[in-house]
Order: sequence, then structure tokens, then C-alpha cells
Amino acid sequence: MNYIDKLFDFLALLGHAGISKLAGLGRAAIILGYALVAWPQPKSNFKLVVKQLYNVGVKSLLIVAVSGLFIGMVLGLQGYTILVDFGSEQSVGQMVALSLVRELAPVVTALLFAGRAGSALTAEIGLMKATEQLASLEMIGVDPLRRIVAPRLWAGFISMPILSMIFAVVGVYGGALVSIEWLGVYSGAYWSVMQGAVDFYDDVLNGVIKAVVFGIAVTWIALYQGLESIPTSEGISQSTTRTVVYSSLIILGLDFVLTALMFGDV
Amino acid sequence: MTDTDNVIEISHLAFSRGERAIFKDINISIPRGKITAVMGPSGSGKTTLLKMIGGQLTPDAGGVKVSGVPVAGRSRKALFAMRKKMGMLFQSGALFSDMSVFENVAFPLQVNTDLEPSLINSIVLMKLQAVGLRGAVDLMPSELSGGMARRVALARAIALDPEIVMYDEPFAGQDPIGMGVLVTLIKKLNQSLGHTSVIISHDIQETLSIADYICIMAEGKIIAAGSAQQIRESSSAQVQQFINGHPDGPVPFHYPAEDYLAQLKG
Repeated sequence: MNYIDKLFDFLALLGHAGISKLAGLGRAAIILGYALVAWPQPKSNFKLVVKQLYNVGVKSLLIVAVSGLFIGMVLGLQGYTILVDFGSEQSVGQMVALSLVRELAPVVTALLFAGRAGSALTAEIGLMKATEQLASLEMIGVDPLRRIVAPRLWAGFISMPILSMIFAVVGVYGGALVSIEWLGVYSGAYWSVMQGAVDFYDDVLNGVIKAVVFGIAVTWIALYQGLESIPTSEGISQSTTRTVVYSSLIILGLDFVLTALMFGDV
Repeated sequence: MTDTDNVIEISHLAFSRGERAIFKDINISIPRGKITAVMGPSGSGKTTLLKMIGGQLTPDAGGVKVSGVPVAGRSRKALFAMRKKMGMLFQSGALFSDMSVFENVAFPLQVNTDLEPSLINSIVLMKLQAVGLRGAVDLMPSELSGGMARRVALARAIALDPEIVMYDEPFAGQDPIGMGVLVTLIKKLNQSLGHTSVIISHDIQETLSIADYICIMAEGKIIAAGSAQQIRESSSAQVQQFINGHPDGPVPFHYPAEDYLAQLKG
């Protein structure tokens, strides 16, 4: 009897957890749905989106550019030391550019974006909830999903691919700085090998698609965690942590899936 | 219609959070143009009641009617339309922290009306004059004291000249002067603007001094209702304990526990 009771308790617990997770997914889908409907329009919410583009995108620019520079420099250095063994150090430009546009630019930018902008979004929305700003918007007759959440989501969607492209460009110059100026690779070779090897559709566009997907994932998680946060200091800190952890895992997981889809058939 | 004189009708309201029943069977009629106070100990669900009137929460059973129409079951659009006729003063003030005092008070007018900016400017100044803070028009919420923030929030709540103004703990955490200012303001605004006021509070003396009609709520039920005089003269031991602040009585001082002596002896 006791065993059966425990089994039922366990099943009930499992069912309860399943239902609440499913309800959470539903709420997350509603958030995304509302945001997609409230796309930036010059009349209503264009100013709000621009303001969030500044908060989310422009303010992440420095960390993204500096990281891009260093990663490009490291790629140049590592690539050179490996390639020089085979006498093909002239191809270092190809290695730097392909690693960046296909992989490192979208992934590292998204990880930085989750830490810099995602956590800020969660904390901001969580605090708005804790200080009843969201409830008071509702009482004024303004839907917080449209007014607060949608502009932030769109800002995330738009700025993430741009940041990723900036990362790649700065990284390529970082690689050039190390390989050409320091290690003495012939500059004509660096650029022309790169130009010959990088395909716009296969490499650049696929990289941008990755960045768009990561941008949607990170902003969506960040806003959902903010809206669902328990309105206390502890609750907001937990939600902020969750944003960074979930975003990072989702980015890496999605990166594998996307890479398999894009480059897996080679 | 029978309830033309009652702008809000709450009938057989029941609501529970998880296992805990917050309301069992609440019936309140709130008369038009008067100040009605709902009082009760902390945790008795007073704020929850306001959220149900505003349609932010849905009851399990029974219902709330505003101007004769049920709140639950309205479409999202109808709900937002209804809320434009309501003003709410939140306990924390809930001012938008990224907007100045002027922008906060102007916000409901900007999003809900097509008024000319110059007219909005005049209305905002008039509302701020009414709460005595016209001089603070350019300050940011972070520069205001707690009492000033609540007065700005009051100006915002009455910006659209609502039919109903709801006050969530308006006196909590105020110094004596701030408290006196708010008591006078609520009374004066109610008389001069002719709206219906609903006050949720546990500050006995302040509330009894201005309310026309008072309900005392405990354990999910209304335990007393009537004028201030009737409440003071109530024969109920529970009411007397609440309004006189006796530490022990029907509401026990001790949280339920096992027998003291037995626990000490182990």
C-alpha cells in the first residue's frame, strides 16, 4: 500500500511539473507571438525600438569589438603556428575568416550578448515587475507585452546579427594584424586566399542566419525570465542567472544543430 | 438595473492560491461617488481584491461587476478599455523610473487620448498643482521622497479623470505629515472630482476618518461592514481586536504549534 501511495505521489509530482513546464512554454509562446505582431512601425513604437536598440545593441558594441579583435589575433597566431609546419602559412587568412564567419562570430557574440544584454533585460523587466510598473501599465490601459516586451525583443533580433558581423570584421583585421604585421605573412596572400575561399552564401549568409537564430533565442529567454521572475531581490537574481545559463546552453546546442544542417552534408 | 447606485458589485467571490483559500465568500457593494474602505490584517488578500476589480486576476467562483458588466470574461481589448476608466495608486507608487515626473503624469494622456501636446501640458500641470507638486515637474522619480512619489502617482492615477480610483495601502510607510497630506488629498479629490474611491488599508484611524463605508475582511470573509461609527461600536470581538490593535484575541498571538510543555520536555 505504502509503495503504491509513493508511486502515485511521484506520478502526481511528475504530472504537476510537466503541466507547469508546458504552461510556461505556452506563456513564452504568447510573448513571442505578441512581439511578432507588434513589429516596429513608424507611427506607434519606432522610437521605443530605437531606444532599445541603443540599450541592447550599441552598448554591447565595445565588448563585442574588443573580443572580436582578440579572438582574431589569437586565430592568426594559432593558425600560423600550425600552418607553418606544412609550409602553408599563406592560407592563414582563409582559416581566420572561415572560423570567424562560420562559427566564432555568431557563437561568441551570442554568448557575450547573453551576458551583457540578456542579463540586463531580465533584471530590468524583473525590477519593473517588482516595483509594480508592469501592473500599473496594465491599469493605465497599456499592454506591457506591446509597450515593454515587444520593442526589446525586436531590438534583440535586429542587433544580434549586426553585432556578429562587426565581430567577424574586427576579428579578420585582428588576424591580419598578427599574421601580416607581426609574423610576416605576405599581405596579398592573406587577403586573396581569404577572398577565394569564403563563399557569400555558404559561409557569410549561414553565419548571419546563425546569429539571427541566437539573437531570437537569447532575447526571448531573457524577456521570459524577466516576466516570470519572482518579484524579490532573490528571485530576480535567480532569473538573471537562469537567463545567462539557459542562453549559453541553448546557443551551443543550437549551434551544433545549425552547423549539422548547414555544413553536415560535406 | 438595480445596481445603478453601486458602481462595483462583488458577489460570492472565491479565490485560492494553491491550497490556501484567500477569499471564501466575499460580497461587497461599492456605492458611486463615495469613499469605500476595505480593511483587514496583512495577508488577508486586500491587494488581490483590487487586482480582481482591475481584471488582473480571475476569481475561482463568483464575480466582480463594474458598472453592471462582469469583469472576468471580457476580451483583452474590453478589459483595457475598462481600465481607462479606473485609476490606481499602487503601494510602491510604481512610477516609471525612466521617465520624469511630467512624463509619468502625461503618459496615460499620451497613450489613451488624441489631445494636443499643449493641452496635455496644461492638464499635467493642473493635476500636479492638485497634489502640490507642480514645482517638481522636471524631477526624476529617483529624486523624490516616498511621500512625493506617492503624490505624483496619485496625480497620474487621476490624469484621465477616472470614474473609479483605487488606493492600495496609500498610508503605508508615510511620515505623519505625509499621511495627513494624503488623507486630505483623497477626501478633497473625491469631493471635487466626484469619482468613486476604493481604499485598501490597515491604518485604522486615517481610514475611519475619511471613509463613508467600511468593510473589514478576515479569513476570506467580510466580518463587519458599515459606517465608521457602526464599525467602532461593533460588538464583534474580532473587529474590536483589529481596530484597537490588541495583541491577543480571536486572532491569536501564537502561531499554531504543538503543546509548549510537551515540546520543551522533548
